[in-house]
Parts: sequence; C-alpha cells; structure tokens
Amino acid sequence: MNFNPNRSAACRQTVTALTTVAMLCATTAMAAEGEYALAIQDHRFQPAELIIPAGKKIKLSIENRDATPEEFESHDLNREKIITGKSTATIYIGPLTPGRYRFFGEYNEKTAQGVIVAQ
Amino acid sequence: MFGTAVIVFREVLEAALIIGILAAATRSVPNRNRWLLGGLAAGLAGSALVAASTDVISAMASGVGQELLNAMILGTAVLMLAWHNIWMTSHGKALAISAKSVGNAIQEGRQEHSVLLVVVGLAVLREGSETVLFLYGISASEGAGASQMLLGGGIGILAGVTVGYAMYAGLLRVPMRWFFAATGVLVLLLAAGMASQAAHYLIQADLLPSLAAPVWDTSAMLPETSLPGMLLHSLAGYDPRPAGMQLIFYALTLATIALGMKWANSSHLK
Repeated sequence: MNFNPNRSAACRQTVTALTTVAMLCATTAMAAEGEYALAIQDHRFQPAELIIPAGKKIKLSIENRDATPEEFESHDLNREKIITGKSTATIYIGPLTPGRYRFFGEYNEKTAQGVIVAQ
Repeated sequence: MFGTAVIVFREVLEAALIIGILAAATRSVPNRNRWLLGGLAAGLAGSALVAASTDVISAMASGVGQELLNAMILGTAVLMLAWHNIWMTSHGKALAISAKSVGNAIQEGRQEHSVLLVVVGLAVLREGSETVLFLYGISASEGAGASQMLLGGGIGILAGVTVGYAMYAGLLRVPMRWFFAATGVLVLLLAAGMASQAAHYLIQADLLPSLAAPVWDTSAMLPETSLPGMLLHSLAGYDPRPAGMQLIFYALTLATIALGMKWANSSHLK
C-alpha cells in the first residue's frame, strides 16, 4: 500500500477545522432577523411586491390560503419550497444586495408572480 | 398541458439521469435490472407517502422539516454514491475483466445491489413526491382537468425517461477501457452536486450560514431553466447563483471521494 498516512492526517485535520468553522458560523447564523409575511390566495401572491431591508437576513412566512399545494420558487433568490394547501411555510432569505428579486408559484406560474425588493 | 409537461419533465429528468448513469455503471452486476426496478418501485411508493404527508413533514422541526428531509435524502445518496465509487474502483475492473471469480463477484455484487437500490429509490423519492403534489394541484384546480393533467404528465415523464435512457445507451457505447473512468467521474460529479444541493436546503432552513451568497451569478449566461442548464444541474450540480457554503460542500465531497478512489485503487493493485 503506497498510501501516505501524513496526507490522510492532514486531510482529516482540514475536514475537522472546516466542520468547526461551519458550526461556529451556524451558531451566529441563529441571531435574530426580521419577519415578513406573504399569502397565496386564488393562485396569486399578496402582496405581489414585498419590500425588505438589504444586507439583512429575513424570515419569510408564506401562508397558502388555497386548497391546492403551491411551490414557492425564485431563481433570483435561489429558493424553492412546497407549501401544501391551507398551511404556512417558513424560509430564510438574504442577506441581499439592493435590487429586485422575482419569485413565482411554480404550480400556477401564470398568475402566481411576485417580486421582493431589497433596499 | 405544455406547462405541465415541462414541469414534470424537469422533475423526472434528474432522477432519470441518475438511474441511467447507475444502470450503466453497474452493467456487469448480475440481476441488476431486478434491483433497479425494486429501487424504482420503492421510490414511487415512498413518493406517494411523502406527498400525502407533506403537511406533517413541513410542520416538523419548526417549519423546516421539508428542507431537513431533502438534505437527509441527499446526504444519504451522497454516502451511497461515494461507497459505490470506491467499491467499483477496487472491484469493478476485476469484475468486468474476468468472469473467473463469478461466485465471489456475486457475493460482493449483492452489497452493490442494495446500494444501487437505495440511491435509485432516493432519487425517485425526491423528485417523485414533488411531481405527485404538482399533478394533484392541477387536477384539483378548475380549468385544467384530469385528461390534460394525464397527457401533460405523460409527455413530461416520457421525455425525461428518454433523456435518461439516452444517457444509459450513450455510456454503454463508451469503450471498455474508458468505461469505468467515465462512469466513475459521472458518479463523482453527481455526488458533489447532491452535496451542494443538501447545503442549499440547510441554508434555506437557516441551519447553515450561506457564507456569501451568491458567490457568482451566471444566470444570464446559462440559466438553470434552459435545457443545458437543467442537464448541467442534474449531472454536475450546476447552480447559477451558488452560496459559499454550497461550494465548500461541493469541493469537500469531490476531494473526499476522489481520495477514497485513489486509495482503493492503489491498495487494490498491491
């Protein structure tokens, strides 16, 4: 076996270090954030435009008042989440740079359109 | 109907490509088809179950149950693919070249089967449950109707399966001396892409920090909704706006499995 034990130890150390960094970051990530709400009714978002502060992480709760499931999706925000009928889902967004971020309901894309404005 | 077909195609594509690659990678494993079909059936049954209990899953873990489930499914698939690749590196060549040790190969092949079954099942489970929910939503809402849903869904599934089969058939044409390298690299990229997606879900659930998001933005150049973007996303985890944490997961998975393969290869040669 021509496996180099030093290299393996070094790798393990790197992995451990990265895991520790990740865990430390995760704890700080739990810090408080603003809460915002959206609703889905008749396959439309209310409000269709939501203004949030830029540079901050926010908690967004989306209430689906329709009986059918919907998938909240945004390529701009890199988020996707299924919200079943008559239920509320939570996702975390940001911190965002100022700008307009389009989102839509994938299951009813014709009507379910909206935009988050970070400013 | 066309919209339905496109969405179903998008969901089916990823699972179909994974199955196509795994089916090719395990071409020499005896009774492979039975295990593949078993994984497919288990995945489909699981999809219906997950779709039916989405309410409960979503409400779990303070509303981030969906993300946790997805991250766990992806994480398990990554481990299985890693194991598959390392196993194939140490035994695959011998298995393909000589049929002498058939008894031994079947013995070892059996373990390989179960891994295959699990990954196929997980891939179908993840994409399948979303498809079920989507089709249910369409059939329940007015206007579309059940026949439209079935037609659109059918076309989408057929198109997805066709691409998956094309991947399989194409891989089988790869000459034997490059075959294991080719499937090995594909499985490696699949695993790294899945790890990045798992990180993505954990960021969305606020269980991991994003560490700068996005690190780059290539959505104008190569959108994920375009066919090349979709294929690259399914095959190599392409994300037009990745978070830093996703890149770390991607790189670590890639490096870990590659090192494992290298180690398996060198220890096997001895």
